[in-house]
Amino acid sequence: MRFMVIVKATEDSEKGVMPSQDMLAAMGAYNEELVKAGIMLDGDGLRPSSHGARIRFDDTGETTVIDGPFAETKELVSGYWVFEVSSREEAIEWARKAPFRGGELEIRPFSVPEDFGEAFTPELQERENQLRDTLGAQREA
Amino acid sequence: MTTPPPPTASATADLHRVVDAVWRMESARIVGALARVTGDVGLAEELAQDALVAALEQWPDTGVPAKPGAWLMATAKHRAIDTFRRAQNLQRKTQELGRSLVQDESAEEDWAAALDEVVEDDVLRLVFISCHPVLSREARVALTLRLVGGLSTDEIARAFLVPEKTLAQRVVRAKRTLTAARVPFEMPTGTDFTARLSSVLEVLYLIFNEGYAATAGEDLTRPALCQEAMRLGRILAGLVRGESEVHGLVALLQLQASRLAARIGPGGESVLLADQDRGRWDRVLITRGLAALEEAERTARDALGPYALQAAIAACHARARSVEETDWARIAGAYEALAALSPSPVIELNRAVAVSRAYGPAAGLELADALLGVPALSSYHLLPAVRGDLLHSLGRDAEARTEFERAAGLTRNERERALLLGRAADCGGSAGLPTP
Repeated sequence: MRFMVIVKATEDSEKGVMPSQDMLAAMGAYNEELVKAGIMLDGDGLRPSSHGARIRFDDTGETTVIDGPFAETKELVSGYWVFEVSSREEAIEWARKAPFRGGELEIRPFSVPEDFGEAFTPELQERENQLRDTLGAQREA
Repeated sequence: MTTPPPPTASATADLHRVVDAVWRMESARIVGALARVTGDVGLAEELAQDALVAALEQWPDTGVPAKPGAWLMATAKHRAIDTFRRAQNLQRKTQELGRSLVQDESAEEDWAAALDEVVEDDVLRLVFISCHPVLSREARVALTLRLVGGLSTDEIARAFLVPEKTLAQRVVRAKRTLTAARVPFEMPTGTDFTARLSSVLEVLYLIFNEGYAATAGEDLTRPALCQEAMRLGRILAGLVRGESEVHGLVALLQLQASRLAARIGPGGESVLLADQDRGRWDRVLITRGLAALEEAERTARDALGPYALQAAIAACHARARSVEETDWARIAGAYEALAALSPSPVIELNRAVAVSRAYGPAAGLELADALLGVPALSSYHLLPAVRGDLLHSLGRDAEARTEFERAAGLTRNERERALLLGRAADCGGSAGLPTP
């Protein structure tokens, strides 16, 4: 089972305050533990929402772009991991080992194509696949 | 409508799942540390199991501790020291009193201190001992899943569709064999290391394949075994440095597994590579597989080994959007290198297919024809099936028809037989001249 572990933003992360040397070391050790346990597929940190933007869609598909920063700190994301584990409990126990002092993690299972039902037709899947191919190529480049 | 279970039962079930999860995460390190100190993998596992039982007894009342792994380790350590004391007492009673008492006490302290140490290689030693050549292949697989994977005998038995009792006995016998053979709990060195590592890789490959091409049972695949093999492979890649074939195997497993979902059709039937919906391939696993292959290429001392070569072939498929866009020349080259490392008629036949895709059916047929007298392939339906396909491409339909019919007579799969007879029928009404 694949889970995304979402790191919620904090006031410090939103201000762009760099973690302490101790925290960086603890996080490095934690990441190493995840890798050595064979369960971490991916993971990274994000810059504060002041560097980001939101793209809002109305009912007709018209878009409005809103530049960051955004106010509701606790709803924002500051990083993520992708775990491959055998159960929800295992994802939780791994997340519990993260060296945070304050803050919050949220775990969410990846949806599988079946979750989309009829709306996710083979043609759409093909489109998505092409998109991911492009992303993959960019990553490799 | 079903009534929900009473909260206590469900809370207990939840707790069991948490304990299972913690066990999977921590058991290899705990068993590894205990085995290092006691020198006996069997005893180490028993002590760790005692700690697991204690958790199941105590956590319902106390709740899950803040650091469940540390709790299990501490509990196992106490059990170990108790066992040590009991053994000492026994020895004291049977020997002259007090003869080595001072020594004993310091030994106990050493023991306790050693258990507190975190030794990186504990898990790796555990992997090596579980895959020790003194054990049968079956025993290696069972012990690896049990000691390194932290799976219960019940889980392993279900995965391999054998009775739990059989599996439990297999594990017990394996541990006894290790004790009887006095296999030390240490890292192999020198040339021994290479041989032992290849045994480890083989065990992981066996576990994966059992999941990928389930040899028994109703399901075509058992993805949980594939997942476990990949997890163990990633663990190994994190522990062993600079071994190209470890990365090669991890690449191969991830690239193969990326196609798991696409290999099964809506009716539960298997779908061949050429007919798979490539949109259902797992992009995350492909990305990781390609990265692992790069690592295998980077760390290779000279030429790629067999796992990395197979991964290179799988990578050609993973990168291609269709059969036509596949880099068949590269695949043919990889098969040639693979055949040079471990000659096999099945590899040659695969190479013939790749060559025909890359350089035309005549070139492929030449390689396939060379396999005609090989006894190992005499009842292998894919040889006439491939030849039929190539002959048909060359317009030699009468010969193609005979080959398809021969292939249909050899396969044991009904669906495949129908498919081959259909191909034969497409090759025209009469078989024409008999083929030699």
